[in-house]
Amino acid sequence: MSKHILVVGGGLAGTMVANGLCRRLGNELRAGQVQITLLGTSDRHLYQPALLFVPFGLAGEENLFRSQRQVLDRRVVFHVDPARQIEAVTKKVTTEAGRVFDYDYLILATGSRLMPETVPGMVEGAHWFYDLAGARKLRSALQAFTGGRIVVNINVPHKCPVAPLEMTLMLHDYLTKRGLIDRTTLTYTYPIGRLHALEPVAHWCKPVLEQRGIQSETFFNTEWIDPVNQRITSMEGVTLDYDLLITIPPHAGMEVVSTSNLGRGGWATTDPKTLLHTVHKEIFVIGDTTNIPISKAGSTAHFETETVIANITALIQEGCWSHDYDGKVFCFLETGMEEGTYTWFNYVTPPRLGPPSQMIHWFRLAYNRLYWLSVKGLL
Amino acid sequence: MSERKVVDARDSFCPGPLMELIANIRLIEVGSELELLSKDKGSAEEVPAWLTKVGHQHISTEKRGDHWSIVVKRVK
Ligand SMILES: Cc1cc2nc3c(=O)[nH]c(=O)nc-3n(C[C@H](O)[C@H](O)[C@H](O)COP(=O)(O)OP(=O)(O)OC[C@H]3O[C@@H](n4cnc5c(N)ncnc54)[C@H](O)[C@@H]3O)c2cc1C
Repeated sequence: MSKHILVVGGGLAGTMVANGLCRRLGNELRAGQVQITLLGTSDRHLYQPALLFVPFGLAGEENLFRSQRQVLDRRVVFHVDPARQIEAVTKKVTTEAGRVFDYDYLILATGSRLMPETVPGMVEGAHWFYDLAGARKLRSALQAFTGGRIVVNINVPHKCPVAPLEMTLMLHDYLTKRGLIDRTTLTYTYPIGRLHALEPVAHWCKPVLEQRGIQSETFFNTEWIDPVNQRITSMEGVTLDYDLLITIPPHAGMEVVSTSNLGRGGWATTDPKTLLHTVHKEIFVIGDTTNIPISKAGSTAHFETETVIANITALIQEGCWSHDYDGKVFCFLETGMEEGTYTWFNYVTPPRLGPPSQMIHWFRLAYNRLYWLSVKGLL
Repeated sequence: MSERKVVDARDSFCPGPLMELIANIRLIEVGSELELLSKDKGSAEEVPAWLTKVGHQHISTEKRGDHWSIVVKRVK
């Protein structure tokens, strides 16, 4: 009997896994023994890391999107029809349009969403760049900026651990180039007692921020924002005045995950090694939507998809498990407008950071283009 | 009282135990407890300090072999 693999979510993880499975299960697809369906929310695929460049006018918006149908292997049956309810016991997914899909394997890849509305005053008083509307609004605010107090404020949980620091360093370069840095105070706030979750990044960036005159506040978790008087106050009791507030709003997982009882806050409870849902063993969970305590990043999603592709292929072709996920994460870090570095780690290997170089910066820029090959499964 | 949520951050280099605690404490009800598992000595010291700053309760810290178990209560 034909096996149905249903992928929910057409972002980085969902698209990569669907394409990878097509490559590995070509014979089974041809013979009608396997069918792959993907449910998404949009017919456009967004390359999120490029949003970092939008506020500085460095990314043409035409480069941010591709047609979702074109990035998907033609053998994937694709519907723009989000999942509304997942009934894990009966292995059925009901969509917004009322379709019902049965599955043998479900791959949950619904990512995360920004929740500025959970912090009083954040929607009214803050800018962000983690979605396109926010990045465009911040671009206008930066263009109009003539000096003053900028606060870059980071909240948890959030995806891409390095983007907030990159924004801060790039902002410093941008303001220097525009001749505004002497008229600006730049403050970076971070939720824990050091400047970055990754210890080597925290060590590296401390003197870097100091050299550039960027002030910092650690143990800063936003309690509320007063948009009228332009003040941000932390749960720890510190208040900062601002003229321009750039925030990373706290994230949550998707509603369909919590309403389907697959995990609190929309984070699906996931075994860190098998990537199976902790209760429902026909559900694989990948990307930002897992509750695994590792970085929510595209590279995490990428390495997770490799594990899931291998395991589903092995289960279908040989009835056995292939291998577990080792927790690998890789991050580029833009250290300014012209230099970059990178780090990687997994569950047992701690992160290290190499010296920043222009070459790594260029490689990162090249990767912005290579992404489209990577998500197609060609890289 | 509802079941105690366990956050196993033993293999977490990033975002790390305290970030996991901050993210997870908002997912439990006021009055409930959460147990954080961490291999990092730094967080065994940092977590109680943070709880004091924000007004949640530190119930206990216990060394168990290669890791610490830190129990906290959401107060507000
Ligand atoms: C500014 C910025 C910079 C970044 N830089 C980097 C970087 O340099 N390196 C890096 O590794 N990562 C980076 N990231 C993070 C990276 O983009 C994400 O971690 C990655 O996209 C996660 O992939 P995902 O598939 O889990 O989620 P997403 O790519 O967000 O995809 C989830 C998809 O599921 C869809 N969906 C949601 N609900 C439903 C539903 N009910 N039914 C069907 N579909 C649904 C969503 O619409 C979305 O298309 C960056 C992110 C941002 C915002």
